[in-house]
Amino acid sequence: MTVDGTTYERDVEARKLLIHFVRDDLDLTGSHIGCDTGNCGACSMIVDGTLVKSCMILAVQADGATIETVESLAAGDELSRLQQAFSDHHALQCGYCTPGMLMSATALLRANPSPSDDEIKKALQGNICRCTGYWNIFEAVRAAATDA
Amino acid sequence: MLLREVGYARPETLAEAVDLLAANDGARALAGGQTIINVMKARAASPDALIDLNGLSELKGIELAPDGTLSIGAMATYTEIVESAEARARPILGEVCAQIADVQVRNRGTIGGNVCSNDPTNHLPPLMVALDARMTIAGADGERDVDAMDFFLGVYLTAVGPGELLTRITLPAGRADGFASITLGADGTCICSAAASVNGTAHVALGCVDAVPVSIHPPSTDEETVRQAVREIGLQAPSDVHASSEYRAHLAEVVAVRAVDQALRAKR
Repeated sequence: MTVDGTTYERDVEARKLLIHFVRDDLDLTGSHIGCDTGNCGACSMIVDGTLVKSCMILAVQADGATIETVESLAAGDELSRLQQAFSDHHALQCGYCTPGMLMSATALLRANPSPSDDEIKKALQGNICRCTGYWNIFEAVRAAATDA
Repeated sequence: MLLREVGYARPETLAEAVDLLAANDGARALAGGQTIINVMKARAASPDALIDLNGLSELKGIELAPDGTLSIGAMATYTEIVESAEARARPILGEVCAQIADVQVRNRGTIGGNVCSNDPTNHLPPLMVALDARMTIAGADGERDVDAMDFFLGVYLTAVGPGELLTRITLPAGRADGFASITLGADGTCICSAAASVNGTAHVALGCVDAVPVSIHPPSTDEETVRQAVREIGLQAPSDVHASSEYRAHLAEVVAVRAVDQALRAKR
């Protein structure tokens, strides 16, 4: 599979979840494991253009897939517009949910560059922030959308 | 969570998938995986092998026949149903699928997985019953059709037997539909749900109040008649932290009325 532009070839046990493959086998630890029950969204990635929770897909199911994680968003030290908006709007406190929030918002803005407020909220529904900093996250996504 | 050791196969044809399921009692179908993978993490199920249905083109696609009959492949995702022009022939399908969980789950979860897991809190079992859906099941001896009413047999149990797969769901034309639910938070798990389909008379199916959807045919569509019809079946609804049995039975009346009302408004 190709992850963040690099192609990897590995043998993998069927029982291994995609999130574990990416974090443990490929050592790409930007994507987080929050709840491991499919609720929190910290493990969100874009697989072949589709936003998924990578704790609910087997690594073998992503054989040959093109995967984007949070680690693909910045160009070197240069933050993406969305990442910069998260920084400007204090859209993270502990930062644990941030990789998933960024991927959900990236998927939203790619499909819908000018989302309504309700569309932003709907798009982030699968991502839980236990600092409950939702308002600033919402503001950051709205700013990134408006700036686009 | 590391799952227990499990075999994996990704067949390319329906016949191959059915053969694999029939050959191994411990094999389970893997559709969208948004339920079974979590069930496996919890060790509530430990299949010997997962037969991944994602490579089967026979289970894909949403088709609208000239007579208005809508046919939905079991592996159609919620997102595909929400976005399908054909599925708009029955707008309730997209409306309900858009209420299920969140974007990520809707991108992977499938209509077939939702009905085959038959969790009593799932959205689609009562909807399929109210809409008089026909479920096509494939097995070693070919295909057979089962009415939705006879498809749901018990909690997590359907007419899909060992070595069989749900392939398509077919909805007859000529009705107006509604759905209402009381959920844990916006778009959360249903505490009580009802689907209604109206064509002269109403067919209402209640969710979360029994092991399988409860089907009722109120003699007319006015509020008091619908409430009375729900009361008359004498629900023994389950009790849990979210709702007592009595409260859930009360909610069943409320959501039934709302679902019928939406169906009547859709008809105009």
